[in-house]
Amino acid sequence: MGALVLAEGGDFVPPNTDIFFLPPIFGSVTKPMVLLVLSVLVIVAFFMVAARGLKIVPSRFQFMAESVYDFSRNNIAREQIGSKDFRPFVPLILSLFTFILVNNLFGLIPILQFPSMSHIGFPLALSLLVVYPVWHGVGIRRHGLGKYLKKEIFPPGVPVPVYFLLSPIEVFTKFIMNPITLGVRVFAAMFSGHLILVLFTLAGEYLVFESSSLMLAPVGILSWLFAIAMTFLEALIMVLQAFIFANLAAGYIGRALSEDH
Amino acid sequence: MVKSELYLAAEEHNPVLPEISEIILGLVSFGILLFVLWKFAVPKFEALYKERTAKIEGGIEKAEQAQAEAQRALEQYKAQLAEARAESARIRDDARAEAEQIKADLHAQAQEEASRIIAQGQAQLEAQRAQIVAELRADLGRNSVELASRIVGESLEDEARQRGTVDRFLAELDSNAPAGAGKK
Repeated sequence: MGALVLAEGGDFVPPNTDIFFLPPIFGSVTKPMVLLVLSVLVIVAFFMVAARGLKIVPSRFQFMAESVYDFSRNNIAREQIGSKDFRPFVPLILSLFTFILVNNLFGLIPILQFPSMSHIGFPLALSLLVVYPVWHGVGIRRHGLGKYLKKEIFPPGVPVPVYFLLSPIEVFTKFIMNPITLGVRVFAAMFSGHLILVLFTLAGEYLVFESSSLMLAPVGILSWLFAIAMTFLEALIMVLQAFIFANLAAGYIGRALSEDH
Repeated sequence: MVKSELYLAAEEHNPVLPEISEIILGLVSFGILLFVLWKFAVPKFEALYKERTAKIEGGIEKAEQAQAEAQRALEQYKAQLAEARAESARIRDDARAEAEQIKADLHAQAQEEASRIIAQGQAQLEAQRAQIVAELRADLGRNSVELASRIVGESLEDEARQRGTVDRFLAELDSNAPAGAGKK
C-alpha cells in the first residue's frame, strides 16, 4: 500500500484512513474478515487442545492456557461480578477477552499485520449486540423490569430535586453512552495505533529511499526506531484494551446484578 | 487509476460508520467462539479446578492423618520405653536382692559348717582325752600299787584298802589336772 502511495510522485503523502480499507481479497471478503475467522479458529484450537488433556499437575502448555483462563475467570469475572454470581458469565468474559486480544495482536504479527478491531463494526457488534443486551437482560431478570429501571435510573440516597438532573444523565450514560464507548474505545485505540505505526514506517521509508537530500536519511532511521518503540507500546495497549473491554463488560454485568450501588 | 480507486474507496468507507457485513460477521464468529468455549472448554476447566481442589484438600487431610498417627506411635513408643526402663530397674533390684540373699545364705551356711567342724573337733578331742585319762588312770593305779608295794615291801592284800588309797590319790590328781591340762 505504501509503495502504491509513494509511486505517485516525489512528495510524501501521509497515510490516511484508506490504509484501513484494503481491496477485498476475493469477492467481497476483506482482510479483517479473514482475520476475524482466523482468530476464532486460533482461540478454539488453543483451548480445545488444552482442554483435551487437562491434568491435575499442568504441563507447560496447559499452564499457559490455564493462566489465560484464570485471568479471565478470577481477575476479571469474579473480581467484577462477585464470587456469588460470576460462574455463568465466565464463558462470555473469557470469549470477549481472548477474541479481542487475539484480534488486536494481529496488528503486530508479520504478514497479518492488521488489528481487526480497527474496523468499528466488530467492536460495536460486541458491545451493542452482545454485552449490552446481556447486561441489561440479567439485570431485568434478577430484579424485574420496574425495579431494575428504578434502581438504575433513580439511585437511592439522593435528594428528590436532584433526580431532575441526575436521572437523565443516568439514562444517557447507562443506556446510550456506556455501550457505545465500550466499543469505540477499542476501535479508537487500534485505529490510531495502527495509523501511527504506518506513519512512522512510511515516513522512514520515504526519508531513507525517496527523498533527494542525504541529510534526511538518518532522520528516516530515527523514524524507524520510533516505529519499533511504538510497536512495543502498541503491544501493551492491545493487551490493555482487551482487558479493559472484558473488565468493563464484567463490571456492567456486576452492577446490573447488584442490589444497589 | 490507482489514485481514483483510492479516492473512491475513501468516499465509500467512513471509519467511524460500521459496516453491516462486519457487524454480522463479528456477531456470528463471536457466537461460534462463545458457543465452543461455553460447551467444551469451560466445563473441562471447571471440572479440573474442582478435581484439583478436592485433591489438594484430600492431600492435606491425609497428611494430617499421617501426622496424628505418627504422634500416636511416638507416644506409644515412649510409653513402652518407660515401661521397659521400669522393668529393667525392677529386675536389677530383684537380682541385687537375690544376690544379697544368696550371699547371706552362703555366709550362714559357712558359719554353721565351721561351727559344726569345731564342735566335732572338740567332741573328738574330748573323747580322746577321756580315753587317755581312763588309760592313764588304769596305768597309774597299777603303777602306783606296784611302786607302793615295792617301797613298802608288802603286798596290799586288802582290796578295799588298796582301792581307797588309790581313789584318794586320784581325786587329788584330778583337782590338779585342769590346771595342768590348761598349761599344756
